[in-house]
Amino acid sequence: METKTAVEPVRRRRTGRVVAGVAGGVADHLGIEVFWVRAAFAALTALNGVGVIAYGLLWLFVPQRAAGEPEEAANPRERQQALGLVALGIGAAVLAGLFSGPLSGWIAGPLAVALVGAAVVWREADEAQRRRWRDGAKSGILGGTGRSTIVRVLAGVALVAIGIGVLLVNSYGIDQLRFALLAVVATLGGVAVLTVPLWIKLINDLGEERRVRIRTEERAEIAAHLHDSVLQTLALIQKQAEQPREVKRLARGQERQLREWLYGRIVEDNSQPTTMSAAIAKASGEVEDSFALAVQQVVVGDCHLDPNLYALVQAAREAMVNAAKHAGVAEISVYGEVEPERVTVFVRDRGKGFDPQTVPEDRHGLADSIGGRMDRHGGEVRIRTRLGEGTEVQLMMPRKTADKRETGART
Amino acid sequence: MTVRVFLVDDHALFRAGVRAELDSITDEIEVVGEAGSVGEAVAGIGHHRPDVVLLDVHMPDGGGAEVLRQVRTALPEVVFLALSVSDAAEDVIAVIRAGARGYVTKTISSQELVRAVVRVSEGDAVFSPRLAGFVLDAFADRPGAAPISDPELDLLTPRERDVLRLLARGYAYKEIASELFISVKTVETHVSSVLRKTQLSNRYELSRWASDRRLV
Repeated sequence: METKTAVEPVRRRRTGRVVAGVAGGVADHLGIEVFWVRAAFAALTALNGVGVIAYGLLWLFVPQRAAGEPEEAANPRERQQALGLVALGIGAAVLAGLFSGPLSGWIAGPLAVALVGAAVVWREADEAQRRRWRDGAKSGILGGTGRSTIVRVLAGVALVAIGIGVLLVNSYGIDQLRFALLAVVATLGGVAVLTVPLWIKLINDLGEERRVRIRTEERAEIAAHLHDSVLQTLALIQKQAEQPREVKRLARGQERQLREWLYGRIVEDNSQPTTMSAAIAKASGEVEDSFALAVQQVVVGDCHLDPNLYALVQAAREAMVNAAKHAGVAEISVYGEVEPERVTVFVRDRGKGFDPQTVPEDRHGLADSIGGRMDRHGGEVRIRTRLGEGTEVQLMMPRKTADKRETGART
Repeated sequence: MTVRVFLVDDHALFRAGVRAELDSITDEIEVVGEAGSVGEAVAGIGHHRPDVVLLDVHMPDGGGAEVLRQVRTALPEVVFLALSVSDAAEDVIAVIRAGARGYVTKTISSQELVRAVVRVSEGDAVFSPRLAGFVLDAFADRPGAAPISDPELDLLTPRERDVLRLLARGYAYKEIASELFISVKTVETHVSSVLRKTQLSNRYELSRWASDRRLV
């Protein structure tokens, strides 16, 4: 036995098995000769059938090896040995039963018959599972065709029925009512034993089905998303192919949406953003959409928004809008930095620039929206611009001290 | 002297686009070959010995970082410039740490791409605003940041920080130089030094880039 298999979970063998491969699986797991495991089961069987019960439980709860896992070939000598051990175990159990008193004597015999019947049926269920794994490629060479399966299952059922019947007939001297009750209980018990493989298969299939359904739902969600957004946008782009400005705007907006979706940025569809980076991203996106230009935004650090910072974002947005309207550029750079004591935002374009002294009266954007807003919340604005050299609006907002300790348990 | 460029990207359409752009816009650059997978790239770079490799970050079989790992020791003279659509900091930092001399996004204009290629071929580093932001984030000192084991590598100087901030604000090297009253050469030196720290500092391995960690 290889040592590396010792750490693997127990799996029932598919080849070289005599009943259900339990002994082989346990031997693989423990890394010992299968002979000793079988001998142990046989010996335990002599003790009031403990071995049989243990074997049955392992059969129920230990899954079979999946097809395709490497296994060594069966050895005919080992098989003969194993059959001998099985016979020995049963013999020992019957013998032990005979000696341990008249009651277990008349129970043990029929019970053994019923157990063999159940074993035949369960084994057939294992075969059915193996055939499913082989996926019909060479269906039935080992397991037999559908007909022989039915014959075997019927034989198993008959054995169980006979065993239970004999058990009941033996229990003479009980009055009619108790006999009827016993018959009902025994039948239910027989049915329960026979259908155990069915239940297990049902549970397994349910789990598998749920996994498949989850996968399908995920795929459907992705497909729906791509359809709603990407395909629609591509269709629009084809229609608008003559208008490069519009095409750019569509492509840029779609890119932004897809990125949010793919890279798990905070996607806040209708609600207000709650963090600085999300708020800047949202404002940049709105400006990109409205003015068909690119806003290159970088935010270092992050924090939750408070009313002052919200005002800062609004002022930055106003600065972007100004740049988009008046600078005559295709790209605006926005840089935000969150520091413990303050938050700064720079909005820069390489456009026309202007002379602050000569801004016409009707253009109140800079003076009111930006300057006023920042003043009211305790922030500062600085504007650097010269004709022909672009404009940079620098916005600075001090932070409330309470926020300093916030290290971000929230996302 | 023309710069010999090799393209690595698993999207043939994108390779064709970049090749057409570079061919039409300038004589400074000659595209000598291209590859669509890690294996092809390793073989092609070994065969053509280009000056600069334009490297996609995301590819099957390990991506750009894998190409760098397989080629860099054998051909240390070949310079790599990462070109990606990725917004994920860990992807971008991974190729930089694997040895790329810079990172630009695929939406970069053709003129800027040419400038970036020429710049890395001359041995300088190229930082897009986004990469500058990522690096500032990684070296930031805030609660939960990785510990500093080697101040020489794990901390940025105030000057390097200034240069990175201006890069992130969208300034060109020349503009940074006049803003900080230093020469363009000095700006280049600072950027190269930041690149070296980004590649060698152990602080990144501990950075997890979680959005909550970025909260100050």
